[in-house]
Amino acid sequence: MGLESHLGDNILTTTLTAMVNWSRASSLWPMPFGLACCAIEMMAVVAPRYDLARFGAEVFRFSPRQSDLMIVAGTLTYKMASVARKIYDQMPEPKWVIAMGACAISGGVYNTYSVVQGLDQVVPVDVFLPGCPPRPEALIHAIMEIQKKIKKETL
Amino acid sequence: MPMKNEDLAALIKTRFPEAIMGANIFRNELTLTVQKDALAEVARFLKENEDLDFDFLSDLCGVDRAETDDVFEVVYHLYSLSKNHRLRLKAPVPSDAPGLPTVTGVWKTANWHERETYDMFGITFHGHPDLRKILTPDDFEGHPLRKDYPLDGRQPATLRDSYRKDGA
Amino acid sequence: MTVTSAATTTTQLMTINMGPQHPSTHGVLRLLLELDGEVIVKAVPHVGFLHRGVEKLAEYRTYHQCIPLTDRLDYVAPFSNNLAYALTVEKLLGIEAPERAQHIRVLLCELTRIASHLLWLATHALDIGAMTVFFYCFREREAIYDIFELVAGARMHTSYIRVGGVSRELPGGFTEKVHKFVMEFPARLNEYETLLTENPIWKKRTVGVGIISAEDAIDYGLSGPSLRGSGVNWDIRKAEPYSQYDKYHFTVPLGKNGDVYDRYRIRIEEMHQSNRIVHQALNILPKGDCLARIPNVTLPPKEDVETNMEAMITHFKLITDGIHPPKGEVYASIEAPKGELGFYLVSDGSSHPYRLKIRPPSFVNLEALPKMVEGRLLPDVVATIGSLDIVLGEIDR
Repeated sequence: MGLESHLGDNILTTTLTAMVNWSRASSLWPMPFGLACCAIEMMAVVAPRYDLARFGAEVFRFSPRQSDLMIVAGTLTYKMASVARKIYDQMPEPKWVIAMGACAISGGVYNTYSVVQGLDQVVPVDVFLPGCPPRPEALIHAIMEIQKKIKKETL
Repeated sequence: MPMKNEDLAALIKTRFPEAIMGANIFRNELTLTVQKDALAEVARFLKENEDLDFDFLSDLCGVDRAETDDVFEVVYHLYSLSKNHRLRLKAPVPSDAPGLPTVTGVWKTANWHERETYDMFGITFHGHPDLRKILTPDDFEGHPLRKDYPLDGRQPATLRDSYRKDGA
Repeated sequence: MTVTSAATTTTQLMTINMGPQHPSTHGVLRLLLELDGEVIVKAVPHVGFLHRGVEKLAEYRTYHQCIPLTDRLDYVAPFSNNLAYALTVEKLLGIEAPERAQHIRVLLCELTRIASHLLWLATHALDIGAMTVFFYCFREREAIYDIFELVAGARMHTSYIRVGGVSRELPGGFTEKVHKFVMEFPARLNEYETLLTENPIWKKRTVGVGIISAEDAIDYGLSGPSLRGSGVNWDIRKAEPYSQYDKYHFTVPLGKNGDVYDRYRIRIEEMHQSNRIVHQALNILPKGDCLARIPNVTLPPKEDVETNMEAMITHFKLITDGIHPPKGEVYASIEAPKGELGFYLVSDGSSHPYRLKIRPPSFVNLEALPKMVEGRLLPDVVATIGSLDIVLGEIDR
């Protein structure tokens, strides 16, 4: 925000940082980039039993321009990779990325000619969430890790 | 009532004595090997003959036998909804210039199956209305299901730079 | 001043792109739509965005190692995929699973059908704008996933069905849990129906939309509820009964008009019928082995492996080297929730499949989409895609 340059590190700016981070962390708007199996568990997270609303991140927006957390759920192929990058680029800053599932992390079981061996080859990733697919609880945990990370950021 | 495999084979063979190159029954499944140029004609007969009535094309795919026999096989799985019997047709095509007539005129569903076989094996279907790649990206070179294509033959080189804008 | 020169007015078709990242394409499907106003002139589906090379990968794996790959094809119906594959390999080997295993398979496959149809209903209704159904359906899906987890230890990718039977005996508490679900479910289904079946908005969006005639449906190779919606009576469970399905009493619902609404009614009725089958299976379930004991094909029981040298060697050999079926080729298909799921397996006598071709129902069903939507309005595309119940995992493989 550039406030620090005017005011320096003092009680006013730290409190502002804390407040902004708190509000960002408590109202994440995820962009569900559902590619494969993991997308089904991602849907289960919004459904009644797991109810992501408890963590303030239930506002799934299918438009990247309205969201700040990209959840890449599933196998990323080379045919899809440029789309993933484009969607990531369309998201406004600040933004975070979760690579959900073994395929998004490393290609998983698909060591084949068509699968990108890791989402981090295409976009920067904040949280890697293992599992095939990860349980809904695990996705909630990943989102909480993102929240922790946000709270440590500076403006 | 479904026809017996032997009767099916006999009926088709009498109609096409030259085009049917062989018949084989394994695990109660009848396989007929057909000469590739006669394929469309045989297919039309199979669909239109009232005793056979193969109105449903279940599946169409290729098999790479280039190493052993110098051919690709194009395999058709037919089913008759009214008679409840099945039949497998096989048409070997030479591996150096694989091509055979399309059956899209007989069963519309063959369209995507043939596109997939073209994409995966490079087999050309003459007379196909829209023979394009279907599964692999447009700039993908080669045919991945051929035995000589490596399993991890990834082709990311041209795309890679455009992804990594931030140099991460 | 009423004359506008007709000669200068030109109509231009608009091409819009839908997907591959779109909430109502059920995955990574991309559609190119040519529009004249709001009327669709041409629809061209593009697939392959989830092409993972499963068929190629299978050629590098032993027969048992292919089972986890099948889970991830139609990832909302893993048991059906496992079963279709296991039946194909069993056909190739000329063996059969024990009777108990076959009934367990039926039971789980029908639960899978319910789970798959529930996901279809949830997303299909959500696409059309009915959000409550989504929450209701996922409540029931969780109950089914609890059962799956109890049986196989995983919610989604179960890999429970093996060549020659199922991987292990049903756990304690299984029967009670399934029984509870079976008893509650019909009332829940009726609850969904009160929300949708006679709802005028729902009917306006679905009746007379996405029509395909019986002849066209056969010509395009449709199968499953999408085919039966057009009134064609073909269900592999009845036509070529596998895995003891001939011992069960159930009806196959048929539609008349082949529109989105008919396909909706059929899937709802199929859930009722599947529930019936699960209930019967609970009562039929005979005692006995759940995995056939065939040397060089199925693994010996764990207790034997721990105490008997011979069994341990067999176990080791089977795990490392795999099974060696005879040379030959077979095709086996089952009635998966989405239609005819077939596997074509070519064996050269080695421990790896020479060629494994999957006949995915969604791939073929999707092919008929342009036929159903051309000449219709843009919002009908969303309803029609939903009614075909496609899963991109098995379309692209």
